[in-house]
Amino acid sequence: MRAPTVTGPEVAVGDVLLSIENVSLSFGGVNAVSGVSFDIRKGEIRAIIGPNGAGKTSMLNIINGFYHPQQGRITFKGETRAKMRPHDAAYGGIARTFQNVALFRGMTALDNIMAGRTLKMHKNFFWQLLRVGPAMAEEVEHRRRVEEIIDFLKIQEIRRIPVGRLPYGLQKRVELGRALAMEPDLLLLDEPMAGMNLEEKEDMSRFVLDVNDHYGTTIALIEHDMGVVMDLSDRVVVLDHGIKIADGTPDEIKGDQGVIDAYLGVAH
Amino acid sequence: MHLLYQIFIDPFVQMGTAPDLLVQTLWEGLVSGVLYALIALGFVLIFKASGVFNFAQGIMVVFAALTLVGLYAHGVPAFLALALTIGVMFLLALAIERFVLRPLVNQPDIILFMATFGLTYILIGSGELIFGGDPKVMIADQLLLPSGAYTVKMLGGFVQMQKIDIAAAVIASLMVASLAVFFQKTRIGRALRAVADSHRAALSVGISLEYIWVIVWFAAGIVALATGIMWGARSNVSFALEIIALKALPVLILGGFTSIPGAIIGGVIIGLGEKLGEFYWGPLFGSGIEDWFAYVIALVFLLFRPQGLFGERIIERI
Amino acid sequence: MFYREAGQYKTNYRADQALFPIRQDQIGIFLILAIAYVAVPLGASDFFIDSVLTPILIFSLAAIGLNLLTGYTGLLSLGTGGFMGVGAFACYKLATYFPGVNIVVLVICSGLFSAAAGIVFGLPSLRIKGFYLAVATLASQFFLSWCFIRIPWLYNHNISASIEVPARTLFGVAITGPNATPATRYLIVLTIVAVMTLLASNLIRGRIGRTWMAVRDMDIAAELIGIKLYPTKLLAFAVSSFYCGVAGAMLVFLWLGNAESESFSINQSFLILFMVIIGGLGSLLGSYFGAALIYGLPILLRMAKDMLGLPMTSATVEHINFITLGVLIIFFLIAEPNGLARLWQIGKQKLRVWPFPY
Repeated sequence: MRAPTVTGPEVAVGDVLLSIENVSLSFGGVNAVSGVSFDIRKGEIRAIIGPNGAGKTSMLNIINGFYHPQQGRITFKGETRAKMRPHDAAYGGIARTFQNVALFRGMTALDNIMAGRTLKMHKNFFWQLLRVGPAMAEEVEHRRRVEEIIDFLKIQEIRRIPVGRLPYGLQKRVELGRALAMEPDLLLLDEPMAGMNLEEKEDMSRFVLDVNDHYGTTIALIEHDMGVVMDLSDRVVVLDHGIKIADGTPDEIKGDQGVIDAYLGVAH
Repeated sequence: MHLLYQIFIDPFVQMGTAPDLLVQTLWEGLVSGVLYALIALGFVLIFKASGVFNFAQGIMVVFAALTLVGLYAHGVPAFLALALTIGVMFLLALAIERFVLRPLVNQPDIILFMATFGLTYILIGSGELIFGGDPKVMIADQLLLPSGAYTVKMLGGFVQMQKIDIAAAVIASLMVASLAVFFQKTRIGRALRAVADSHRAALSVGISLEYIWVIVWFAAGIVALATGIMWGARSNVSFALEIIALKALPVLILGGFTSIPGAIIGGVIIGLGEKLGEFYWGPLFGSGIEDWFAYVIALVFLLFRPQGLFGERIIERI
Repeated sequence: MFYREAGQYKTNYRADQALFPIRQDQIGIFLILAIAYVAVPLGASDFFIDSVLTPILIFSLAAIGLNLLTGYTGLLSLGTGGFMGVGAFACYKLATYFPGVNIVVLVICSGLFSAAAGIVFGLPSLRIKGFYLAVATLASQFFLSWCFIRIPWLYNHNISASIEVPARTLFGVAITGPNATPATRYLIVLTIVAVMTLLASNLIRGRIGRTWMAVRDMDIAAELIGIKLYPTKLLAFAVSSFYCGVAGAMLVFLWLGNAESESFSINQSFLILFMVIIGGLGSLLGSYFGAALIYGLPILLRMAKDMLGLPMTSATVEHINFITLGVLIIFFLIAEPNGLARLWQIGKQKLRVWPFPY
């Protein structure tokens, strides 16, 4: 299970890492996304915001390869494709978290994050069967990396607890850990602050910033809390009813009349 | 080369040279198809209304038939025995709701599916314990069901149609029609569909799950009883019926798990396909391909159209 | 008080990830193995070994096989009996064609045939899930059952459609056929089962186990972290069927001495499934518990009948067995869906804090 190498030039900080061009997606008559184009630069934190039903999660699903747009192209790390497959996205370095936490409920927090390392584990079936020598060494090495992530997210005490029993805020942290374990180039966060109180939001915001600083990971996040969006992000894309209505820095967005109207529900 | 001839040419030649045999085979297939459809109907009822895939439907058929015959053997007059058996099926529905469904409300479907395995074993064990395992004769005459056959002269030969089979087809159609109307038009039918979709949601709008479930399992029990009577009248009542009842699964796959017309059409297709396959292609394989032929048909469907001919496509959202 | 882990520190990850990290468990497993290998053959009666221990071990292996597929990967299978049968008949044919080869080797090889069958019948699993897949496995069960009767080559054209095991030896000691003692056969079975359990445990604790459980818990998320669904599912079918095949071969060669297609019918599939459900889905230890309970149940019932002096025929006991099985299944699904294994875990938890309640 060798990871295929992604072709294309090494992307430098500041260059475009992901580019969405004129993408449209509809489900049986409902237009989730229509003709949206924007880009994400390497190393930045990009927020995708908009009222409910704007198509934000659909947008992430398209980037991930879970939905295939009827129209448009995605260019990631220099490689353009009409359809991304979830598998290719993962191998290419895209990881994500979900609105409704998508953890593996039967497994412990540690195992969930170790699962995130699957991409990187190469020893084949027979070594796994014997679990000695090379397979064991590989397991230990990945365990070390995972423990770094656990330290980073401060979830040491809950390693061995099946995630189904954890409170919501901790589940979200474990899910972030699993995404980080993939060592992604692009991290997609779908409402990471949803359902959290102020303290939890501050913690999560700090983690997001640290991930961006420490690991250099490019981050795209969907978020409803405007305070978080303004504080964290470098640039913002605003969607409404599947159409892009604004794109720029947080300050630019704050003053944009179209955005204000969209959120206040003014018909246009 | 000879094998190719045997598979692709010979059977059709046989069909052409003896068209009366073909019609006979088709009729036999139609009849068994109708009976499979009846069993499938019981499944669909329960699945549509409680989201449970009732693996025990087949054994319920046997159990109902056994109860009827058993009561009669103890001297109860035929129609009274029928009424009492209906009562027994009602009690069974009550018991199932109280002891199996209610404790497992909100559990994932697969758990409920496995619970019906347990139910199957309980019914097999009790059935054998109370009634004994040897085959019994269905009291078809006493229930005023027709016997004998019509022999129709056609296509250069004879085609024989058992009157009981015709009766079965008629009764099945009546049942299907009334059930279809029930689901679409009545208030209870709507409530049943709501429950099938989501237990929690149905509870939150005030639908009494217990009440609905008892009704549904009772209805399935009546269908099982009718099936048991029809089937028992054609061949004896024994536990072998239970395995035959498993044939309803391919029928459901073909027809879709939630569709009543699907159950009928699926049943007919499976019944026809099986009989034709057994009669014309069976000798190639040595007999007995009836055991698994239906499943092969179903498997092919599963690969290309999992929701069956009429079922609903399930769309998963993240 | 006795089961405390406090004070047992692990200083590296390898130690932390060991199979039995707690010293009490290490002592426990050593004792169990000592009893199994030494005390039992010396002290237990032939009847007990042959009618209780050996079959429970064999069924435990089959239950482990099914557990890998259904408990760990979440693919409900009703075809276990069929796959066991493939192993048994494969072993029989291998023994016929290669009379000189060691029978233990042949038993293991017959697992490969089962694995192949498992892959073939697991092919639909890409497109179908849940009880649709269960129905597909039912198809495989019926088809295989039909094959065991209708393909005379499988049972060497024996008139009675059954297979009879040829006598074979290992290091000069008879291990199959009429000359083999129950104790000898038991030790071979014990070794094979113990080794294969260890291998299964290795798989479960490593990458493959995690990919299986990920597919079980949320296959969409599994895909998005880079797990390839199809190969993972097919591997589960292959390994599971391998285990069931070896169990089937051992059933015939090292226990019954003969078999017919009824030994591998749908009823067998259900029994193994019940063992897995009651023992605990997703637990290797649970497979042993489940096998012991389900296999031991008729024996217990018969003993109860004798002890209470109830005038019942054995057929009646059989029927009561069925009813009890059904009730147990429903009871466990309601009360403890994670089966006996979870009850065991809860027991250990209580033992940790004993004599305090929590």
